[in-house]
Amino acid sequence: MEANSTNHDRLFSMVWLALLALTAVEVVLAYVQMFSTAGMLAILMVLSLVKAALIMAYFMHLRFEKKSLVLSLIPSVTIVIALLFVFFPDGFRALNLGVNQQ
Amino acid sequence: MADRADVAPSIERLWDGGVFPYGVGHKKLGMWLFILSDSLTFSALLIGYSYVRIAARTWPTPFHFWPSVVFATVMTLLLLSSSLTMVRAVSAAHRGDRRAAVRNIVWTMLAGLGFIVLHLNEWFGLINEGVRLWANPWGVPLFGATFFTLTGLHMTHVASGLIYLAVVAVKFGRGRYDSEDVEVSGLYWHFVDLVWMFIFPLVYLLSVGGK
Repeated sequence: MEANSTNHDRLFSMVWLALLALTAVEVVLAYVQMFSTAGMLAILMVLSLVKAALIMAYFMHLRFEKKSLVLSLIPSVTIVIALLFVFFPDGFRALNLGVNQQ
Repeated sequence: MADRADVAPSIERLWDGGVFPYGVGHKKLGMWLFILSDSLTFSALLIGYSYVRIAARTWPTPFHFWPSVVFATVMTLLLLSSSLTMVRAVSAAHRGDRRAAVRNIVWTMLAGLGFIVLHLNEWFGLINEGVRLWANPWGVPLFGATFFTLTGLHMTHVASGLIYLAVVAVKFGRGRYDSEDVEVSGLYWHFVDLVWMFIFPLVYLLSVGGK
């Protein structure tokens, strides 16, 4: 750690620049509004996941931790969050039944 | 850290204690477990917001590109930059450079404070426009509920992060805390940053109504 901490500082600056660039892409997409809401949602979620991965891997140091820690943390939380998606089909129910139609 | 990971654990050693199966100390592991549970809290709120937005036939898009989205972008910039100064603080702490570590933590806190000031400014703007938890001028009452709950819980995290960082800066500066404590507080701060990376697009960028 001590020997390559300046090296790491440069790496962190690069990650910061990458995060800023991804944010800029998101904001420009919101400005030009060339996609539908669903398309925007898909693109923004992919970009956000990339940003989250960069933050976890470098800023939160997970890339440099033991693999056992990463394998204990990430898959479990991913699965539990994915399980919450079970509510989304119900979200469309009211629309498909036409309940809200005025 | 490296010498812990290099210990070749025989079975007896594993059950004797003193072995680090994850290669991290108990503070860091504890913070990671807290982050796991907190990420589920925020996921539930974000998914709840998405759920009611899908289920509602219309959804207000009150955020104009100028000023709302521009301000939210500046807030994103502040949080990302505060993460950069935080990793600098952590590497300074590992080098044993207490002065540089405290200085970088103070920069991190200033950026966090700027975030809260801008965010509260926006909150008061919306409240002045008549947005409440239960009602707003654009019709769908749940808009205010989801917006204030999501951003409010996040702002609470930023505010408690400021207190946490202040304590760490003071105690590390005086030599009462070691570099692991700085690293653990850094994990918390980066997590707050990470959550904003989802709130910003979902709440702001998907609600831009006109330029």
